[in-house]
Amino acid sequence: MDAVIENLPLYFEGFGMTLFLLGVSGLAALVIGTLIAAMRISPVPSLRWFATGYTELVRNTPLTLVLFFCAIVLPLLGSRLDFVTAALIGLSVYTSPFIAEALRSGINGVPVGQAEAARSVGFGFSQTVGLIVLPQAFRMTVPPLINVFIALTKNTSVAGGFFVVDLFATGRILANARGDAVIAILLGVATFYLLITVPLGLLAARLERRWVVQR
Amino acid sequence: MTGASVLFDAPGPVARRRSLISSIIGAVVILAGLAWVVLTLAAPRGDLPGYFDPSRWEPLTEPLVWQRILTVGVWGTLSAALTASVLAIILGIIFSLLRSARTSWIRVPTAVVIEFVRGMPVLLMMLFILLVLNTGTFWAVVAALTLYNGVLIGEALRAGLVSLPRGQREAGLSLGMRPMQSKMLVEFPQAFRQMLPIIIAQLVVLLKDTSLGYIVGYVELLRVTMNQLATFYGNYYLFSFFVVALVLYLIMNLSLSWFARWVARRTASKSGRPVLNPDDEDQAILMATAVADARQSETGHG
Repeated sequence: MDAVIENLPLYFEGFGMTLFLLGVSGLAALVIGTLIAAMRISPVPSLRWFATGYTELVRNTPLTLVLFFCAIVLPLLGSRLDFVTAALIGLSVYTSPFIAEALRSGINGVPVGQAEAARSVGFGFSQTVGLIVLPQAFRMTVPPLINVFIALTKNTSVAGGFFVVDLFATGRILANARGDAVIAILLGVATFYLLITVPLGLLAARLERRWVVQR
Repeated sequence: MTGASVLFDAPGPVARRRSLISSIIGAVVILAGLAWVVLTLAAPRGDLPGYFDPSRWEPLTEPLVWQRILTVGVWGTLSAALTASVLAIILGIIFSLLRSARTSWIRVPTAVVIEFVRGMPVLLMMLFILLVLNTGTFWAVVAALTLYNGVLIGEALRAGLVSLPRGQREAGLSLGMRPMQSKMLVEFPQAFRQMLPIIIAQLVVLLKDTSLGYIVGYVELLRVTMNQLATFYGNYYLFSFFVVALVLYLIMNLSLSWFARWVARRTASKSGRPVLNPDDEDQAILMATAVADARQSETGHG
């Protein structure tokens, strides 16, 4: 326990980095994911194929491999990104197809009759999607999106294996330095992760229940 | 809503032409992007040749390299994934039974353990098991993957159990089965069958997560290709080894994903139940747990 209290400043530094990774790559993934989801339902075949291929490819690549590429292979190919930026890019790219799928399944959850009704009163593609489908899809999309962000929180720990000093890396360094208090130190790290994931999980569960009641 | 076709008109000649033109423009932009990547890779690096030069790929012509990749790398990945899969399914069954137990002093602590494990990074669990229990890297990887995926599979199974029609259990009990017998012989097989696509989708996640073993030092595909072989042959070949690792991972994961989809289609066509989409385990679990929660509030003992 002393080992944790002594090193609280280091913990907070690592926690800050984890939150930073979560925030920035979460936002970037949201943007890329929305683009991919839009491509996937668009009337343009080549964009649909690209989005499908991208989703399939990225989702079946392990995050470790993606981050390895960003942190170690990219510099070899001539990039001059620092490790934090590389981790941000890797995490955003890896998370984006999951966001796209969450959005798409929300859109798929809107009954067909809604879109048909919109079409029958003469709405075009953008009006149907923008005014009728998306507002309804949004509600159903929020719980799975929160789940994606919970997964992202946990995934930021992988960046800790690639030269980014986040919560996981901090825990690893401290555990190496204080061999006598490994359990306390790692449980401390776990507490900080749970501080993010448990509230998010409770929020998602509450929204899910509300959604079920309303349907 | 299925298929995008409802969202827009059956295209007439003008719309078809416009769609074709934007499709071609889109394709050109995408191909240009890909071409830029390929050309950048192919361009010579200083006085070294580009990445598609045959000399960059030379180690791959040696059978010993492939032997190392397949028997040590792929085997390391697959053996950890297989062991963890079997154990995770067993653990999932145990968790689902404990979590849906009638006595609250079993159910509540299980729920707390589940929340705890679900909220933790797998990597942290691996490190914890490795440093605290001193198990060696293989068992650290396997144990962490088992625990994490076991909990998720358990939740899926529990959702499957709760979503069964109540008549199944009542029928079992009315035949004189004890509650446990009815659960194991009547309810569980059905829940398992219904949740099979989700379980396999979870196993894809497990297979992908074995690569986390790289960070804690377990010898699997990523470590063999990117660390051992790349160090032995030098950075000159690093990119080639990366491509090999990527392709091997994609082959393993894609075939398991496709298998999950095939199973989902089969179970869907056999039973008239709504299809659980294995492409997206979050949504599928969401749907299943949503149904489960709804039913629990219905029977009044959450």
